[in-house]
Amino acid sequence: MDRGHPVGETAEPTDPRRAWQEAYGRSPLRDVPFETMSGVPVEPVYGDPPYPGQYPYTRGVYPSMYRSRLWTMRMFAGFGSADDTNRRFKELLRAGGTGLSTAFDMPTLLGADSDSPGARGEVGRAGVAVDTLVDVQDLFAGIDLSAVSTSMTVNGPAAILLAMYVAAAEASGVARRELGGTIQNDILKEYQAQKEYIFPPRPSVRLVTDTIAFTAAEMPRWHPVSISGYHIREAGSTAAQELAFTLANGFAYVEAATAAGLDVDAFAPRLSFFFNCHNDFFEEIGKLRAARRIWARWMRERYGARDERSLLCRFHTQTAGVSLTATQPEVNIARVAIQALAAALGGTQSLHTDAFDEALALPSDRAARIALRTQQVIAHETGVANVADPLGGSGYVEWMTDELERQAEEVFDHLLATGGGSVLEGVYEGIESGWFVGRIAEASYAYERDVNEGRRIVVGVNAFTEGNEDRVDDVLRIDPAVEEYQLQRLARVRSARDPGAVAAALRALGECAADPARNLMPPLIDAVRAHATEGEIVGALQAVFGGYVERIVV
Amino acid sequence: MAPERPRIVLAKLGFDGHDRGLKVVARTLRDAGMEVVYLGLRQTPEAVASVVEQEDADAVGISMHNASHLTLAPAMVEALRALGLDAPVVVGGIIPERDADELRAAGVAAVLGPGASAREVVEAVRGAVAARR
Repeated sequence: MDRGHPVGETAEPTDPRRAWQEAYGRSPLRDVPFETMSGVPVEPVYGDPPYPGQYPYTRGVYPSMYRSRLWTMRMFAGFGSADDTNRRFKELLRAGGTGLSTAFDMPTLLGADSDSPGARGEVGRAGVAVDTLVDVQDLFAGIDLSAVSTSMTVNGPAAILLAMYVAAAEASGVARRELGGTIQNDILKEYQAQKEYIFPPRPSVRLVTDTIAFTAAEMPRWHPVSISGYHIREAGSTAAQELAFTLANGFAYVEAATAAGLDVDAFAPRLSFFFNCHNDFFEEIGKLRAARRIWARWMRERYGARDERSLLCRFHTQTAGVSLTATQPEVNIARVAIQALAAALGGTQSLHTDAFDEALALPSDRAARIALRTQQVIAHETGVANVADPLGGSGYVEWMTDELERQAEEVFDHLLATGGGSVLEGVYEGIESGWFVGRIAEASYAYERDVNEGRRIVVGVNAFTEGNEDRVDDVLRIDPAVEEYQLQRLARVRSARDPGAVAAALRALGECAADPARNLMPPLIDAVRAHATEGEIVGALQAVFGGYVERIVV
Repeated sequence: MAPERPRIVLAKLGFDGHDRGLKVVARTLRDAGMEVVYLGLRQTPEAVASVVEQEDADAVGISMHNASHLTLAPAMVEALRALGLDAPVVVGGIIPERDADELRAAGVAAVLGPGASAREVVEAVRGAVAARR
């Protein structure tokens, strides 16, 4: 390869170099010098084709990458009651943020009301508690929803939260067409890894396709699914498994949505991904590069996408929470920095860096600030944002990319074989037979065994342990009184609403659920407007869909 | 005298689905020669206590990840007491040190933080079972 050769110098108009250069020339650039610290100018990309923004996008989804726009530095907020989180949102917006990212508490994620017996001890603890439309209205009170983009990390009840968001926005005079944001809404990975499922897989996927169809028709700025490998990795998978299972889930949603009658190009440009970034620096970079290449190829060749935007694997990345140690937690700052650097070198569109104290509790303010500063150091001080795919052409990185792609293709072959030629059916089979959870449990046990037997060094855990005895007690604690407060809020809504209207809305919802040809979003919006609680809505759906108990695989 | 092959019931309480740690613990204890009854996700303290009674188990292991440990771990201890059982409760997971003190005061036999080694897990369970007999 011609390392350092400026791209596009002697090329024909149709060749990749010239095409890239023209696309680069049309890109807006940030107003910073693209040069080394010593003042030497650097090219926007080095090496051979394909170039960034060119099929199969191994080297990045955009021709100019971070020269036009740095990745979005998206941090996560949500705790206590809706008013607590609303105050935090407003602080973030005052500080210059334009995007909100919402964490919900466990009962909300499981579709249970705060006053359900299973919710005790968990209300408002690991995220904000939402029971009714009133909570969502208070969560976003005083915030112009046409001007911010809102990410909501919710899966099983994602359609219900989307309905609440639409209803809250419309009540404040903002039309659904104007709403921008993302619901995670990736239910398949819940059965494989995170376990926050409510209904069985098939009706759950119908809820996903209904949100895809609804947003494609009525909410052009909305991203209906963020296909998430993050949790698969956190549950203990290898990098190759994370890559393969995540993309397979993406293919499964594409198959489900096209089977429901949607044109692939009508929704695929709004699909996005969410990956983990762990400690093995080059493996992670290879994983992210392979993800783009595989997605582009499968979307074009297998699913017949014609719109270029349908081919782009755009993703958010989070550093690996599971890699953080509770002993000598300051050392986690180094781990997070290295993981975040790999994410940037892998070409991520958005990044969340973990706080160093997260092996102990939700992040303290100080730890969260250091995590954000870590991204800012990488973005503004290291020069990695000057050149797209700086490691492209490295023998090791190209081999790693190929190797991860090869391992992922083996998984796709398995799923196609077990699914009778359908990835969607193969994923269902792998969920129902415990194949995914079994593979992940194997990988995680093998890793722990290596650590326990000292074959793999983890600093501050099985080596370099001086300093482990220092106690860290300066961690975030949530006031237990938040639970009582939320119960009072919920009781007020229950007593003020019209019970007849609630019953009618839930009946209509159940009827819609029983007819797979109908879209569930309209009756969901009606039900939340009648102030039906999340738990009541889930109950009405569960009466038709049933529940789900996973097959235990240890 | 402590049993040669202690029987332990493992479960996740509440809604939290983070079961990676508990699954590793299940295999670790089994490899160490214990009998493991793995109940999996979304158990209540009362349901776990009832399995402990039916299985005549020697100990209970629960794994907590989402800040509900101060409510649910003491509830586990209470649920066993309500059935007249003295099986020790071992708690693992994301537990800040000062909360661990509070849990021990509430009757939890041992607290294992993140990063506990396989040996520490096995010793904690054996120690808790031996102390009870």
